[in-house]
Amino acid sequence: MYSKTLIDHFRNPRNMGRMENPDAVGKGGNPVCGDVMYIYLKIKDNRIEDIKFETFGCAAAIGTTSMITEMAKGKTLEEAMKITKKDVENAVGGLPPIKRHCSNLSADVLRKAIEKYLAEQKAKSGKKKGK
Amino acid sequence: MKVYMDHAATTPVDSRVVEAMEPYFSDKYGNPSSLYTAGLEAREAVEDARGRVARLLNGAPEGIIFTSGGTESNNLALKGVAFANRKKGRHIITTKIEHHAVLEPCEWLAKQGFEITYLPVDEHGLVKPESLEEALRDDTILVSIMHANNEIGTIEPIEELAGIVKDHGAYFHTDAVQTYGKIPVDVQKMNVDLLSLSSHKIYGPKGVGALYVRRGVRMDPLLHGGGHEFRKRSGTENVPGIVGLGKAAEIAEKEMDRDAKKLTRLRDRLIKGALAIENSRLNGHPEKRLPNNANFVFLFVEGESLILELDFYGIAANTGSACSSKTLEPSHVLSAIGLKPEETHGSLRLTLGRQNTKEEVDYVLEVLPKVVGRLRQISPFKTDFVMEE
Repeated sequence: MYSKTLIDHFRNPRNMGRMENPDAVGKGGNPVCGDVMYIYLKIKDNRIEDIKFETFGCAAAIGTTSMITEMAKGKTLEEAMKITKKDVENAVGGLPPIKRHCSNLSADVLRKAIEKYLAEQKAKSGKKKGK
Repeated sequence: MKVYMDHAATTPVDSRVVEAMEPYFSDKYGNPSSLYTAGLEAREAVEDARGRVARLLNGAPEGIIFTSGGTESNNLALKGVAFANRKKGRHIITTKIEHHAVLEPCEWLAKQGFEITYLPVDEHGLVKPESLEEALRDDTILVSIMHANNEIGTIEPIEELAGIVKDHGAYFHTDAVQTYGKIPVDVQKMNVDLLSLSSHKIYGPKGVGALYVRRGVRMDPLLHGGGHEFRKRSGTENVPGIVGLGKAAEIAEKEMDRDAKKLTRLRDRLIKGALAIENSRLNGHPEKRLPNNANFVFLFVEGESLILELDFYGIAANTGSACSSKTLEPSHVLSAIGLKPEETHGSLRLTLGRQNTKEEVDYVLEVLPKVVGRLRQISPFKTDFVMEE
C-alpha cells in the first residue's frame, strides 16, 4: 500500500515537533476529516533556516509532511512556494489513489505559511515607510 | 513477538477442523446428490455437520441451510423473506449498527420498493425495546437486529426484542455471526425465526456459513437451480467446508464456556490496562459485551497510523477510522453511539481468541502506550481538537 520511503518518514519523521517562536506557521486540514498539519518556519534572509511540523492523521499524512520539511529546508521562500503536491507525492514514492487528496495537504500548508509571512513582512515595511 | 488480536475479522482454522476436512477433498470427493456409495458418504458427512450446527443453536437440523458465509446468509434472510412476503407488507425494521451485509441488502430492497426503518441505539450501542415497539407497523414483515455488534461487541437483548415482534406477527432475523460458537445461542429461547452464522469466525474455514430458518417461515431462495438445501439454496454443497463448520461447531459446543471465561479475564485485563492511557475511552457496553471484544478511542491520534505502528511491533488489530476504510467514511457504528467524527478517527478494536495468552495481553499493554505516545508527539492536538489560527 505505501512505499518504503513513505513508511520510513512515518516511522522516523524528520523535523517533527512544535517550534518555539516561529517566524511563520501554516495550518491545514480538519480534525473532522482526520488530517491536520501544522508547519512552523524560521526564516532568515528570505530563506527557510529551520522547519518543523506536527500532523494528526494517517501514515500518508504524517509521511508527506515529514517529506516536505526535508524538501523545503534551506530553500528560498520563492523556491519553497513552488513545491507542488505532485512533487511531494513523487518524493515519497507515490501514494495510494484514495490518499492523494485528503492526506497530501502539506504543499498547501507550506505555501499558506509563507504567504502569511510575506504579507506580514509587507505590512511591517509599509508601517516603517509610513513613519 | 507476533500477536494476532483481530479475531472478529477472522480466526485461524483449528487443526482438528483441518483434519476433519482433509478426506473430503481428494479421497471422499463424491457429490452428496449422487446415489452411489461415494455420494452417500458425502451426504452423510453433510448431514452429520448439519446436526452439529443445529445442536449448537438448539434448532432442528432441517432448519439449517448451508451458505457461502455470513454475507450470503444475511442476504438470503433479508431478500428471501422480503420477496416471499411482499404481498403482506413492505416494511422492514433494522438498526443503524448492523453489519454492511445487512445494511446493503436493506438499501437494495429500498430501491425495490421496500421501506426500511433504522432503529437508533444508545451510547453503549443497545437497541431500546420501546423504539422497536414504536417502529412496528401493520405492514412490517421482518425485523433484523444483530445479536452482538462486530465493532464494539455490545450484545443486544434479542430475547426481549424478538418477544415484542412475536406478538406482532413479523419475522425476526438476527445476525449471530459474532456470537454463534462464542456465547450461548438458543433459537427457541431467543424466539428468533432466522439466524445467520459463519464458520471462519469460530476457527472453521472461510467460504461457508449457514442460515437457520424456523419451520414455516416463508422465504424465497436467492439461488435457483438443482433444489439443494431444501430448495432454499441451490448449488452442489461445499462438502469440505460444511464438514469444517460442523467440526468447529462441535468443538465450540465443548469448549465455548471455558474459552469465554478465559477470554473475559484477558479482555478485562486488556481494558483496564489500556484505559490507564490518558484521554482514552472504552466503546460499547461495559458489561453486556462479547467476551473477546475490546474497543477504544485514543484521542488525538488516528487509527490507521495506530494499526500500522502496532503492526511494526507484530500486533494485528483493527480500527473504525475513516482513513482506513475504502470509502473514507467513519465507522457508522461509532457514529451511531454518538462519537464525534474526530473521535472516531482514534478508534482501536482488539478482539481476542482461543490462542491468545496473558503474556500477549501484557505485551500489547506494554506496546500500546508507546505507540499512542509517539503518535501524540507527532500530533498538533494535545488536549483538545481546537485549531487556533
